[in-house]
Amino acid sequence: MKLRVWTLLKTYTILVYIFMFAPIVVVLVLAFNSSQFGGFPIEGFSFRWFVKLSENEAIIRALRTSVILGACTAVIATTLGILAALALVRYTFRGKDLITTVLIAPVLVPETVLAVGLLIFMRWLHVPRSFGLLLLGHSIIALPFVVLVVQARLTGIRRDYEEAARSLGANPLQTFFAVTFPLMLPAVFAGALFAFTISFDNITATIFWRPSGMETVPTQIFGMLRNSVSPEINALGFVMICITVGVPLMAGALARYYMRNTK
Amino acid sequence: MSSSDQSIDKRPWLLLSPSLMAITLLVVIPMAFILVYSFYENIDLAVDKVAFQFGNWSEVMTDGYYRTAIWKTLRLSVIVTVLAAVLGYIPAYFIAMTKFRDKWLLLLLLILPFWISFIIRTLSWIHIFGNQGALNGLFQLLGLTDAPLSLMYNEFTVIVGFIHVFLPYMILNIYVSLEGIDENLEPAARTLGATPWQAFREVTLPLSMPGLAAGCLLVFVLTGGSYVTPLILGGPSDFLFGNLIYDAIVTELNWPMGATLSFTLLLLLGLVVVLYSRLMGLNQLSKAFK
Repeated sequence: MKLRVWTLLKTYTILVYIFMFAPIVVVLVLAFNSSQFGGFPIEGFSFRWFVKLSENEAIIRALRTSVILGACTAVIATTLGILAALALVRYTFRGKDLITTVLIAPVLVPETVLAVGLLIFMRWLHVPRSFGLLLLGHSIIALPFVVLVVQARLTGIRRDYEEAARSLGANPLQTFFAVTFPLMLPAVFAGALFAFTISFDNITATIFWRPSGMETVPTQIFGMLRNSVSPEINALGFVMICITVGVPLMAGALARYYMRNTK
Repeated sequence: MSSSDQSIDKRPWLLLSPSLMAITLLVVIPMAFILVYSFYENIDLAVDKVAFQFGNWSEVMTDGYYRTAIWKTLRLSVIVTVLAAVLGYIPAYFIAMTKFRDKWLLLLLLILPFWISFIIRTLSWIHIFGNQGALNGLFQLLGLTDAPLSLMYNEFTVIVGFIHVFLPYMILNIYVSLEGIDENLEPAARTLGATPWQAFREVTLPLSMPGLAAGCLLVFVLTGGSYVTPLILGGPSDFLFGNLIYDAIVTELNWPMGATLSFTLLLLLGLVVVLYSRLMGLNQLSKAFK
């Protein structure tokens, strides 16, 4: 009886996982379909859509914009996020709970509203839409997530190491760069990767903030989607999934390998 | 000037100031500007006049079109939230309770969708339900139909798209609170004579409520604020309140109306968040990251 219920739960779980991954697998498979249409049936195996993709200048330009935007967002959001997380982890001060809430609050503001608000504020300041607006906007969207991720990682670092360095004669700055920062590095990486992904993936706010003529990968795909899914989009999806899933997985595997070897 | 120890320590505030400044400048002040702009008057495309009038607000309050949109948005958000909770609870329970050695793999697979592009995940459903999708392909292969059935661009596909994207949030939140429950409690209830179902209903389910509630809040607010998913997977009548904002700002260039609608959405979803934080506090929301 108990076993039967358990099997039922297991089957249910497997079905939910299939629901989550089947459509993604379909995109990955269709990227290699030689048919000139983006859907079924599968007519044969071909790399032609990847070749086509590499020749599509609009997509390459969008990819470059997205990567630069994501990298800059990662730098800004991670810098701000680490400073804030340090304050939350290392110090006790009055109003800490309130401050934590304020730092997380942007997550709870609907992104559409956040986008319109910033856009109207810029309009009032007579600042036109620009790459800079996208950068600031993406950074503020990523910031709460970076704070949460970094804060969770920082809590695990013991202060004894820093105190040892200080007692051995290092000044605070030396201590930070020789002890604290290397210990924080995994947190920095995790935060930066998260910020990059959030920026790279954003479409809701980006549609409002981008200047006319500037496309990121998601807005480019969105624009190409009007008629149907073209096979190039499948190929692009394949490439994007390889980057955004492959890079963190490799980073994780490398970190694990590295840790095992240093132990 | 020996202020550092005794009185207020300035260092945390120094560390916090860049973030707090950014949030004030890029979130708080813009929200105030939305309110101010909602009283402005729209003259023409992208031209508006500084004013203090309630025209936009009275239009939003009285025009049935906007009321329909609010109703549709709440309805869809509730449907998506309930379905996500029903679909998500059992997997979360299974992952938390399983003695399976490769549990980490299940957790990794749960986080994986967060790394995959939202727009790719959303459009992938066109490959399932579309005219050239997997289902129509299957039907034709089996000889059930000659012409492709139109299964796409309706409320159902919008709901499926939303659940697909938001389900990991739900499962992760429920999992976190199930994982925190003392694993001796359910056996203890069993020894005291409870059936497995009673033990679950009286002990585990109530203790997992904070995670379930946090997951529901996230899914509700995220769905209620969306507009991209209906544009990709929905038909002309499957719009949400967010789509009206998109239309007002991007298509009609009517900024005062866009501002009024944005503030309305902020109020509606803000009300839900406030209600939740009164009941549960906001701490649970950050737990999924640890």
